[in-house]
Amino acid sequence: MRNKRSYFILLAGSLLFCVLISALSLALGNIAFSASELFGFFLGKGDTVGRNILLYSRLPRTVACLFAGAGLSVSGAVLQNVLANKLASPSIIGVNSGAGLGVTVCCACGVLSGIGVSVCAFAGSLFAVLIISLFSSRISASKTTVILGGVALNSILGAASEAITVLNPEAAMLTTEFRVGGFSAVSFTRLIPSAIMIAAALLLIFTLSNELDAVSLGDETARSIGLSVRKYRILFLVISALLAGAAVSFAGLLGFIGLIVPHFVRKLAGNESRRLLPLCTVMGAGFVCLCDLASRLVFAPYELPVGILMAVIGGPVFVALLVRTKGGKRHA
Amino acid sequence: MLETVNLHAGYGKEEILHGASLECPSGKITTLVGANGCGKSTLLKTVLGMLPVTGGEIIADGVSIQNLSPSESAKKIAYVAQGKNIPDITVGRMVLHGRFPYLSYPRRYGKADYEAAQNAMEKMGISHLSDRLMSELSGGMRQKVYIAMALCQQADIILMDEPTTYLDIGQQLKLADSVRQLAVSGKTVLLVLHDILLALKISDRIAVMENGIISQTGTPDEILASDILRKIYGVGVKTLETPDGTEYYYERGL
Repeated sequence: MRNKRSYFILLAGSLLFCVLISALSLALGNIAFSASELFGFFLGKGDTVGRNILLYSRLPRTVACLFAGAGLSVSGAVLQNVLANKLASPSIIGVNSGAGLGVTVCCACGVLSGIGVSVCAFAGSLFAVLIISLFSSRISASKTTVILGGVALNSILGAASEAITVLNPEAAMLTTEFRVGGFSAVSFTRLIPSAIMIAAALLLIFTLSNELDAVSLGDETARSIGLSVRKYRILFLVISALLAGAAVSFAGLLGFIGLIVPHFVRKLAGNESRRLLPLCTVMGAGFVCLCDLASRLVFAPYELPVGILMAVIGGPVFVALLVRTKGGKRHA
Repeated sequence: MLETVNLHAGYGKEEILHGASLECPSGKITTLVGANGCGKSTLLKTVLGMLPVTGGEIIADGVSIQNLSPSESAKKIAYVAQGKNIPDITVGRMVLHGRFPYLSYPRRYGKADYEAAQNAMEKMGISHLSDRLMSELSGGMRQKVYIAMALCQQADIILMDEPTTYLDIGQQLKLADSVRQLAVSGKTVLLVLHDILLALKISDRIAVMENGIISQTGTPDEILASDILRKIYGVGVKTLETPDGTEYYYERGL
């Protein structure tokens, strides 16, 4: 899709889809609400139980899905441009695990505030992203090698988190849902600081779409058109870590969003960041919301953590991409 | 005109350029040749600002460029990459990125930028490819896109690192024509080439690099007469006058 009109139709359609799914996410569950009941709850009418379910469970959960989807999708798209590798995504190269380690350390130290957890998650994801970036640039690693390095880093950071959890009972609040990713325990207290971080990072990256494209031209070409390559590369890695870290702090180690969504958006709208990033934001938000809704409804009254559904969809997509990627074939 | 004066540079503590002095006149094609690892690409990267200068000076059109910002430097010097990293964007967008140094925050391309990109594509005869993806093009076409991008950048000095790598002989000759057009239009062109025969054929001046210094410069005839190519590569080059002009060949028939 290379013309402006088709792109805006796609963006508007995605936005509409996102709004519709969000409304369904608010309305559907073990107890279903009608549209009039929903409006009534927001206006302070209706029964207290229903109102509490909406305001303290479904609303934060839906908002969390939207922010996590947007943050992780855009984080993946940015990482793919900076590392020039379409297989890169926060969950695969260890960024999510870094954030998970940050959250684990935070809990082990007894810091449980929303802002504290968000900052620790960001620090952990930043650590992981810098390690991978150094690894890929210092040894001129091939695309597949970077992914394998990321997988190794993922294991190391995951093992560190497990070790802390075993050795320190304070960190035991990290439930299975955190490890696979899910939204059932999200509250506004935990969500708000991270949502602000994600919103700020999204706004910043939208203004830097041309710079992000320039970075993906290769170091020499980017420099020759006047970009301070190193400065922007670091800035983009920080933004990517911020987005992933903030999302992990409340959604847990949700996998594959940063791979699946940018991949399909690139297919639909091309690789230019000015189109890729807004569409990733909207589609990522809608996709996670849809998966969360499905995970709540498919086995009702039981609920699967949404991360399990993501892994079921994302695993095969990743393998298909790995097989198809020319770089992977050449350098494997 | 591009000039490097007693240039010292390298990677970290390892110095590769040990006082390289080179003059590239405007409207001429200057080609840098030399054995692998002698510092040719390092010289280009240093001029481009990717490596720090530890001594000496780089002068573009009479102005020392070492202290210029990347965007100011980009208005003076454009670079045509070897083509290893193929961005998956359209040709039109790629050429448009040549206007990047002229944008101020928040960098958004305007009507004048789109017109400049269109003009550059027309000059290179690639405007019909505007909506094609870079990854869909042949190596030769891709190099034309990079040159169009350099034209769009409106820099007077154009550096090209191994522009004929990955190109078949037909595409190499077409590229040589494009490079000649740049020089005729008044641009200063500095090439790095491994193909000595092509360098002799298309260059106005040849600079020979050895161990981080420019050991000799001259016209192709002067370089041939000096026999320095035999010293560097271990093989001499002969000439043959044909109705189409002077042709070059390796004396051992390689």
